[in-house]
Amino acid sequence: MERDKKESRSVSRRTFIKRATIGTSVILITGWISCSPIRRFIAGKFEEAEASYKNKFEPQSWFEITASNEVLLFSPKVEMGQGVFTGLAQLAAEELGVEMDQIKVKNASTDKHPTDPRGTGNSDSIAGLYTPLRQLAAKMRMMLVANAALILNVPIEKLTVEKGIISGEGKSISFGDIVAKAKEWHIPKDVKLKERKDFKIIGKAIPRVDLLPKVMGAPMYGMDVSMPGMLYGAVVRADKIDAKLQSADTSLAEKMPGVIKVVVEYDFVGVVAKTYTQAHNAKNAIKAKWKVNKVWQQQEIRDKVKVGQGKAFVIQKEGNAEKVLNKENTLTTEYTTPIGAHAQIEPNGAVVHVTKDKTIIKMSTQVVKITCEEVAKRLGISTDKVVLEATFLGGGFGRRLHTPNAVQAAVMSRAVGKPVHVFFDRQQEFQHDTFRPPTHHVLKGSLTPEGIIKALEHNVSSGDVAFGSPMLPGYAETVLGADLGAWRGGMIMYEGIENYQAISWRVNLPFATSWWRGLGLLANTFAIESFLDELANKAGKDPVQFRLAHIKNDDRGNKLKGVIEAAAQKAKWGQALPEGRAQGFAACVDVNTPVAQIAEVSIEKGQIKVHKVTCAIDPGLVVNPDGVRAQCEGAIIMGMSAALKEKMEIVDGAVTPTIYGPYKMAMMRDAPKEIDVVLLESDGIPTGVGEPPIGPIAAAIANAVFKLTGQRLRDIPLKLA
Amino acid sequence: MKIDFKINEQAKTVEVDGDEPLLWVIRDVLNLRGTKFGCGKAACGACTIHVDGEAVRSCSFAVKKAAGKNITTIEGLSKNGALNPVQQAWVQEIVPQCGYCQTGFMMATAAMLKKIPNPTDQDIDDNIANICRCGTYYRMRKAIHLAAKLNNK
Repeated sequence: MERDKKESRSVSRRTFIKRATIGTSVILITGWISCSPIRRFIAGKFEEAEASYKNKFEPQSWFEITASNEVLLFSPKVEMGQGVFTGLAQLAAEELGVEMDQIKVKNASTDKHPTDPRGTGNSDSIAGLYTPLRQLAAKMRMMLVANAALILNVPIEKLTVEKGIISGEGKSISFGDIVAKAKEWHIPKDVKLKERKDFKIIGKAIPRVDLLPKVMGAPMYGMDVSMPGMLYGAVVRADKIDAKLQSADTSLAEKMPGVIKVVVEYDFVGVVAKTYTQAHNAKNAIKAKWKVNKVWQQQEIRDKVKVGQGKAFVIQKEGNAEKVLNKENTLTTEYTTPIGAHAQIEPNGAVVHVTKDKTIIKMSTQVVKITCEEVAKRLGISTDKVVLEATFLGGGFGRRLHTPNAVQAAVMSRAVGKPVHVFFDRQQEFQHDTFRPPTHHVLKGSLTPEGIIKALEHNVSSGDVAFGSPMLPGYAETVLGADLGAWRGGMIMYEGIENYQAISWRVNLPFATSWWRGLGLLANTFAIESFLDELANKAGKDPVQFRLAHIKNDDRGNKLKGVIEAAAQKAKWGQALPEGRAQGFAACVDVNTPVAQIAEVSIEKGQIKVHKVTCAIDPGLVVNPDGVRAQCEGAIIMGMSAALKEKMEIVDGAVTPTIYGPYKMAMMRDAPKEIDVVLLESDGIPTGVGEPPIGPIAAAIANAVFKLTGQRLRDIPLKLA
Repeated sequence: MKIDFKINEQAKTVEVDGDEPLLWVIRDVLNLRGTKFGCGKAACGACTIHVDGEAVRSCSFAVKKAAGKNITTIEGLSKNGALNPVQQAWVQEIVPQCGYCQTGFMMATAAMLKKIPNPTDQDIDDNIANICRCGTYYRMRKAIHLAAKLNNK
């Protein structure tokens, strides 16, 4: 990589620190992240919209080698269940020349390890680090080999690397011993990476590296962090949306058992106490007054989210769909999706200790750098005085891209001079989620007498997803116009159609909406893929053949055809099924990964029951087949849960419900007993897998229900009449 | 108040408010953090432990009710470093994703298997009512059947 070479020249040897601690010799190697810029084609106007994610490439340390010949890899990406630690370990081990059990992945600490300039999400961790991390590992190996040559007195070209041992001419030395003996390190400028055919570790279904600690119940999450003298903090939050704190009577709370201090700030009131229960009880005793701008009701929210209202942006245009549809419109239908909660099980929180010299943060966050910056800003200190060590995340799904708890914990820690652990209770978690926005879709289609789509139009009205997020600079709204999160999955992938367009309508909502696994993918794919099914039915065509007939014959199109055909074949599409069952089909392309799914459903006691889901996915190159399967299975179940059960509503100004149970979710009894994942690998570069498979499932289920019952369900959660 | 109980086969005396949820005593007083806080309302099951062999949601179980009882947490499910069959099955099926809810599921499963050594799918549906947001139910079901097999060996 061009950027890689340039950086390596500019890094002086002084940046290599060799340090010895008791029983461990350690080398730090410098490196940097190269995140692929986000590229989007917007309405033919912007070739690249990469301004939003400008990176600084900061030389930081990635690897340590211990005397016991273990390699530590410090991951700037956080592990939230997606298996990124395992994938990154595979990439590094492959080029380093170590076995998987010789490499341990640790969470990076912002003071000494690589910091991701952006965050973990967008299904791009493996895709983005696939080349840079292998290059770093290869450089590390070459540096070790160069030193082994000096120590062993054997020419470099005679040396081989295996299992962390470098050998040649009958002599050998371990990585750990090289580190202990080496005097100088030189960073090679160029590296030659292994070819795909020579991979021994990449592509293997290695069990995830965090499996054992997770099964043993190790204290690895943000919630499990403990610091000496740690206290608990709780923050008062409004029950209603569109509310601002006016005043708070804290007199009762101040006298409650265990209370150390009540902290009153311009934007929040919190209490610090010895135990969680004491902090929680004292928080509930604070009488806060809120200025409620307006008491909102669900119908008012619904009425706001309507195609035709607010600002419209054409996000995709080919031919002239408008003209065709004005003359010959075969079908217009509408779809809706509700407000969705993240509902991850580990509450959002942070442990922060503010001292004179530095501020230490340990927490579950998807945006390490942004969290540091926000805390530094609030405390009025420079960011380099803030050290954040991410923990494992008890679920991410986009929920941990906003981290107000860290700021509040920092303020409270400074007030009491001790580490403070602040987290949302479950009611706050539900009421102050950054929700998946509600959406409304209008689809229009025109069919030729032969049953070919002549024109197709998708309109989506949605609350914001990306706009308003600290991940995007303020000017992004002006540059992009349409919210790139809201229209994710909203463009037409059937590029064989002559005339098509997609239009995004922006709505301002009185509550926070933001990133949710796949962003707009679930809602948009539900609408488009349901409509494709409706058109196929209207045309009297098989839904799978109908789709194939509208896909362009190019690389992208052929990849998509590949997964559609693979899913149909694997699920035995079109063949006889047990009595009372039907299959439904849907597909999507997300982060360049095409996915096709077939849901097999029945109706039991008036409820939709999903028995089996077949999923074909083509993420280019699969680093860990078991990891990709797990992501597909999980996304299918999470998507199914959203499709059949989940919704939040605004009742008398409050977001409800506020607890699991009333917030209905898929449970063991609802999950399909069969999930059949077919992995295709079409080229040499991995594309994302964390989000794409959440796209098709809702439409696949709805389309199966139509086949079975003749009822077309156009509103999520899907309910039979 | 002073409360005595056995936890993971060790006798302990804690001095806490009797109404304090057992979860926080386990986590913050006894420093066993494998039992998780999820909702605080016994709705998600992340805090599931055993009290005298019964699955209990410890976030909503007052510590005074544990007096004189035998408590088992995930840390006590494995014996002398050897994984419990439930944990073995979880490893073999590679169940966890984020992993946060998993200890609660394993405790719920272990309790169920004591009563129903060979659960059917229906038994699993009826007895395992915890919540997993990563959607690992599909693998979990396989692991529960495998755990039953390993248990019966």
